[in-house]
Amino acid sequence: MLANPRVCIGGAVVVALVLTALFAPLLSPHDPLDQDLINQYQQPVWTGKGDAAFPLGTDNLGRDILSRLIHGSRIALIVAFAAALSAAAIGVALGLIAGYFGGLCDIVISRLVDIWMAFPAVLLAIVLVAVLGTGLHAVIIAIAVIDWTRFCRVVRAETMAQKQEDYVATAVTIGLGRWRILLTEILPNVAPLLLVLVTLEMGIAVIVEAILSFVGLSVSSGAPTWGGLLQEGRLYVNQAPWLLVFPILCIVVTVLAFNALGDGLKSALDPVLRR
Amino acid sequence: MSALLDISGLDLALGGGARRQRLLRDINLSMEAGEVHGLVGESGAGKSMIARVVLGIAPGNARIGRGSIHFIGQDITHLSERRRRHLMGKGLALIPQDPMTSLNPGHSIGRQITDVLKLHLKLSGRKAIAHAEGLLEECRVREPGQVLRQYPHELSGGMRQRVLIAMAFACRPKLIIADEPTTALDVTVQRQILRLIRDLQRTAGTALLFITHDLGVVAKICDNVSVLHGGRILEQGSVADTFAAPQHPYTVALLHATPRYDRPAGELRPVPEALTAELLAETRRLDHAGAA
Repeated sequence: MLANPRVCIGGAVVVALVLTALFAPLLSPHDPLDQDLINQYQQPVWTGKGDAAFPLGTDNLGRDILSRLIHGSRIALIVAFAAALSAAAIGVALGLIAGYFGGLCDIVISRLVDIWMAFPAVLLAIVLVAVLGTGLHAVIIAIAVIDWTRFCRVVRAETMAQKQEDYVATAVTIGLGRWRILLTEILPNVAPLLLVLVTLEMGIAVIVEAILSFVGLSVSSGAPTWGGLLQEGRLYVNQAPWLLVFPILCIVVTVLAFNALGDGLKSALDPVLRR
Repeated sequence: MSALLDISGLDLALGGGARRQRLLRDINLSMEAGEVHGLVGESGAGKSMIARVVLGIAPGNARIGRGSIHFIGQDITHLSERRRRHLMGKGLALIPQDPMTSLNPGHSIGRQITDVLKLHLKLSGRKAIAHAEGLLEECRVREPGQVLRQYPHELSGGMRQRVLIAMAFACRPKLIIADEPTTALDVTVQRQILRLIRDLQRTAGTALLFITHDLGVVAKICDNVSVLHGGRILEQGSVADTFAAPQHPYTVALLHATPRYDRPAGELRPVPEALTAELLAETRRLDHAGAA
């Protein structure tokens, strides 16, 4: 698995991000909320006109961009992990049930997925956040509620395929119960696929969080989020284009890392592609 | 004394309405405790389907039209999933056809054998492992302790079949259904596995429903035999009688199609196509007569 370059590079970036988020207060040179109006619009240090105290420059209120980006990674990653795992939990539970029990269960769940996917995702997210109120938990719930269908579809199909395998017949003939078979026999064989899906979903969650904070529906406007930085930077793009460039870079690199990791895991875990 | 397994007048069809397809027709089969019964026929004759119906793992769209299956006096034709589970392991067990796919790839051998022991014999973790080692030893597996820690992909087909046999015999069931247990194995391993199954069956006194298309195997290990074609039993009787004086032309043809070392190779003849066609026409006639 580690021989796969995408797993290595994607994994390394993700690990670096997680460490950055964990140790954000130690790593960031300034308080991300500290305003310093004397030092507003400082340019990044390598332009020659910047200040070494603010490596990536400052914004209109003189806040350190680097510190804000480092702290922003916390929110991005919390949302990525929590939302992807919650979406997976809902989708996997329903997908397993639909795929294994079939019949009416499958019809009801599959139609629900169809209807759900027909809804415009962004609209649904905005409505949800409007109902739940803004905040971290609302963003996480909104993403989970919208994206569980991805997991449900894939897990349902894979469960149906696994159900036909001989080892499931063996499990029945030794007298294991249906739930036991579903949870301890089939689920572990669906897990590799799930790992891939969760990783890819984390990339999606980062983007959705950025979108929601860009339109001001995420955490309160003062807290540094990548989407929020973008939205503030947008106003001063003529004086300070770096305000826009760095958050975009962060989002792109993070999403690319999750996608590379997910794709890499997919080919590393797929027994057919592995050969 | 009532029979151990009693299948009477069993009809089975797949699907319903216009797409209904009959798989088994008026199957009658009775087995005593400790009996070894051979079920022979070509591919598609319905051999495995009988096994699957008895074990309750028939495909979801299979419907039993008529007839009943009794096991130790209990009607198991339409048994609920919960009640059936209690029959498995201690009552009924399966030795599957393909050892390569019949073990869960994600669990160790030890876990898969001890699952059975914990479930039916209520053994605790350490006792179950010790018991599993004993079972593997019985199945002539070398270094059972190490095999228990291994995963299915680390074992050969023959070894996996031994593991599955150990699982089937684990709780000393009354009846084991062996669904072509040697078909997926190569010839030398086949002999060992057959001998193993027969030895275990004799010491445990288990009844065995042995599904195969190899008449040589039937002659070697079975007491009674049923010859199946197109979902019908054409001939049934003791192996000695049936092989000495087959009554049905299809049985005669099958015997001629089996290679024997005491007969010149020139006498080996395939089952005549005319006979197969005639049998199928007869089956269709019977179906129409039954439907009318």
